[in-house]
Amino acid sequence: MEENKLTTGKVSGIIANLVIVEVNGPVSQNEICFINLAGVRLMAEVIKVLGNKAYTQVFESTRGLKVGEPVEFMGHMLEVTLGPGILSKNFDGLQNDLDTMVGTFLKRGEYTAAIDVDKAWDFTPVAKAGDVVVAGDWLGEVKENWIGHKIMVPFKFEGKYTVKSVKPAGTYKASETIAVVTNADGSEINISMIQKWPVKVPIRAYTDKPRPYRLMETGVRIIDTMNPIVEGGTGFIPGPFGSGKTVLQHALSKQAEADLIIVAACGERANEVVEIFTEFPELDDPRTGRKLMERTTIIANTSNMPVAAREASVYTAMTIGEYYRSMGLKVLLLADSTSRWAQALREMSNRMEELPGPDAFPMDLPAIISSFYARAGYVFLNNGSTGSITFIGTVSPAGGNLKEPVTESTKKAARCFFALSQQRADSKRYPAVDPIDSYSKYLEYPELQEYLAANIAPDWLANVLEAKNILLRGKEAYEQINILGDDGVPIDYHLRYWKSEVIDFVILQQDAFDKIDCSAPIVRQKEMLEKVLGVCRADFDFDNFEDVNPWFKRVINVFKQMNYSLYQSEDYKKYETELVEVINERKVA
Amino acid sequence: METQGFKKIYTKITQITKATCSLQASGIGYEEMATVNGRLAQVVKLQGDNVTLQIFSGTEGIPTNAEVVFLGRPPVLKVSDELAGRFFNAYGEPIDGGPEVEGEVREIGGPSVNPVRRKQPSELIATGIAGIDLNNTLVTGQKIPFFADPDQPYNQVMAMVALRAKADKIILGGMGLTNDDYLYYKNVFDNAGALDRIISFVNTTENPPVERLLVPDMALTAAEYFAFDKKETVLVLLTDMTLYADALSIVSNRMDQIPSKDSMPGSLYSDLAKIYEKAVQFPEGGSITIIAVTTLSSGDITHAIPDNTGYITEGQLFLRRDSDIGKVIVDPFRSLSRLKQLVIGKQTRKDHPQVMNAAVRLYADAANAKTKLENGFDLTDYDVRTMSFAREYSNDLLAIDVNIDTTAMLDTAWDLFGKHFTKAEVGIKQEFVDSYWPE
Ligand SMILES: Nc1ncnc2c1ncn2[C@@H]1O[C@H](COP(=O)(O)OP(=O)(O)O)[C@@H](O)[C@H]1O
Ligand SMILES: [Mg+2]
Repeated sequence: MEENKLTTGKVSGIIANLVIVEVNGPVSQNEICFINLAGVRLMAEVIKVLGNKAYTQVFESTRGLKVGEPVEFMGHMLEVTLGPGILSKNFDGLQNDLDTMVGTFLKRGEYTAAIDVDKAWDFTPVAKAGDVVVAGDWLGEVKENWIGHKIMVPFKFEGKYTVKSVKPAGTYKASETIAVVTNADGSEINISMIQKWPVKVPIRAYTDKPRPYRLMETGVRIIDTMNPIVEGGTGFIPGPFGSGKTVLQHALSKQAEADLIIVAACGERANEVVEIFTEFPELDDPRTGRKLMERTTIIANTSNMPVAAREASVYTAMTIGEYYRSMGLKVLLLADSTSRWAQALREMSNRMEELPGPDAFPMDLPAIISSFYARAGYVFLNNGSTGSITFIGTVSPAGGNLKEPVTESTKKAARCFFALSQQRADSKRYPAVDPIDSYSKYLEYPELQEYLAANIAPDWLANVLEAKNILLRGKEAYEQINILGDDGVPIDYHLRYWKSEVIDFVILQQDAFDKIDCSAPIVRQKEMLEKVLGVCRADFDFDNFEDVNPWFKRVINVFKQMNYSLYQSEDYKKYETELVEVINERKVA
Repeated sequence: METQGFKKIYTKITQITKATCSLQASGIGYEEMATVNGRLAQVVKLQGDNVTLQIFSGTEGIPTNAEVVFLGRPPVLKVSDELAGRFFNAYGEPIDGGPEVEGEVREIGGPSVNPVRRKQPSELIATGIAGIDLNNTLVTGQKIPFFADPDQPYNQVMAMVALRAKADKIILGGMGLTNDDYLYYKNVFDNAGALDRIISFVNTTENPPVERLLVPDMALTAAEYFAFDKKETVLVLLTDMTLYADALSIVSNRMDQIPSKDSMPGSLYSDLAKIYEKAVQFPEGGSITIIAVTTLSSGDITHAIPDNTGYITEGQLFLRRDSDIGKVIVDPFRSLSRLKQLVIGKQTRKDHPQVMNAAVRLYADAANAKTKLENGFDLTDYDVRTMSFAREYSNDLLAIDVNIDTTAMLDTAWDLFGKHFTKAEVGIKQEFVDSYWPE
């Protein structure tokens, strides 16, 4: 792996954060190097090699850098450090611990350790002497917050090893040897709690990656009920600015039924990260009763941080996700926004004067995006247990136009499409997920259909499809009313439109900032869908279209009061009774 | 201008384009400043011994034997309390006839604040304008632009907001400001007796456009001095950021970079983010709030400049002339303050969020009714009521000449609800209806 004699070089050209280095030995694509700037070492990554010139993208500002400065190559790609102590941390895109940095302003060349190697952990062995193990197999376990953090055979180990010894239960530092294994030649190798892995290479320590099938509850009705995501599934949220991408992702990070959450703030606002680490330590995780921050890790590479590290940040996040998945955990990975990562690629590609693809993005953008999404998934580990990474990214299409390269490439890679609509956001119909254009491919999976029938209700899927159909017919009716006028259409058109509005207001719309409405458990979603469909299926008696609107507004209003009330509380039941009364006023028996 | 001991002087330029010149030189730092026959320039590319300089005021008349002096440092500003009350050009040189400012030399465009050293913004900024305070409440540490067509009175509104905002310092970064607008600001601040709180860095239409590129960094370096070192509340006004972005595209086009959408450089998002992200609330008390202007071309917010801006800033305030009432309003549909939920219903009355949303929803219904009318259809009784609500809402609350406190805004909204609608039509949480529905 590591070479003894490392290549060195000299800076020969500088254009913003693209630095060309003349090298005196072998270099590899994506190799990491350090460039000297008056004693400060700037980290960079090789992104192209031409003869003896290595083109590197520097993860820092290059201001003041001079031609001729020495460069040292490290012989490895960009790596993350994996071990206990990652949870609840705030990292930058290169996995530097932001909290241990000195001072208010970021200093270039200041790299801090991702993990405190001297921290002691309570260790329990899982493997025993004589076991034959491969990369990713569990040797022991420590408690990290409330998670059973598995200490594994390092992913870099190739082939089979025999466990010689494992430390007995006790307290050990992360850097101490906790197991000794022997390889085929009989040589002994010490294993600690810490290992490293290159971020751009997927971790493949699993035996099988079947199609995912288990619903991942998020508490967001328009997702769970209408366009469900599954454990190990992929989805994306495209939408113009201000349409609610970040609010929706934050809701998922608070409410989703996952063991841990990794949030990659990729080229977006610093204040949005501040919001997470200000609020999460105070918010309860309803499932565990612990604080939300205990299950959350933030990778923050905000828009004002160096552009090259923005690209690295999503890979850093994914690799950490894969590490925890290998422990048999359910990981939810959120990236806001993957467009910024694509733009970082574009900036570099332009500086290198490569032939541009559509909208000046690099030609291989679709391939880069699809191989990234392919790293998510539901897996069977070597020991038969399962783990998953569910990945949901946001996309920020230029001008809100979904016919642009990042959206189109992502649409091919992700299986759920939560399209946010400007029009819905403008009329404050939040979350502004377009009910007609959005989809979840998983709803077509027989595996999920069976799961829904067994776990929610046998007729659940039929109800969901019926609701979708009512929405579509309501939209058509609305268009007809707009063309022909209120009195130019039969009353039935008004009823059809208003029934779809009931679904819209009661199921689709949800106030992310209301303590109760923000999250609805699936039993509550089931009850609401059934009640709403009850209204949609009924016949109502109206002579005049002018009476339709006010009556449905009353129905919607009572439903909304129910959404704002604690489930099954006295208030809730009061509105439930009121609802029946209002409905009976017009219902044809 | 500079009196440093050691300077490298060259006199052999090998290449000249509209904005840049190149020469052979060694030991030069990236982004280092230089003068070319006295004009300020900056290193934008180093290739072996070949150095490319961007000359801020353009290359007209530059000869191949021009004297090139490297200054051995990036662009800087001297910061101290002496900045207060002063007017400077884009290079930070006084234009008010006053003396040079003495103080600590700081690089402009310096490093970002570590996100974990920020505090979540939490102080409401009251402007008295209901289109802002009621629907799009501002918070210290926020960054937000006005989106407005060039004929909207954005400079007036911005000056009004600045003076009502109770900031310790107001820093004006003027880019491509007409001389008249520059004098307007000077006058307004003078009349308000605020001149000693004002610092201006101004590039007017009479100055070369590329010089504008220095203005935001100059203004924000001064802002960081007062907000971080002095723990003051600082308000930075940047007008007009569209002209700033135009200057970026001039430079990148002249350097043969591949343009992306609307002939803007592919790095536009990062370039703008570096500026706007300087907005911050420090835990120790100081803050930088940025209010900017992004002029639109006939209301088009999909153009690359407003589009990238909207993705970066914490909302936008969209000014529009409402022909029904003949006044300029803050458009409730296109406007947004992303930080409002940190303060509304918390530092303002509890019913604020729901009242705000209900009013905008009813206003949207009025817009639909209006479309119906324009298409020649009969209006329902509800349509008629929403339209009369909309007219009063626009006049009493959205118009920029409204100046009342937030509680009065909420009361006005409830009065309008009661006058035009039933409780169910308004659809607000019962507890608020019980407390505030007018008799
Ligand atoms: N579910 C929601 N409930 C209430 N308000 C919302 C919701 N989603 C978005 N908003 C409003 O829209 C604003 C912008 O949302 P945000 O997620 O920041 O947009 P984006 O990330 O798409 O630019 C928020 O500040 C909030 O005011
Ligand atoms: Mg966002």
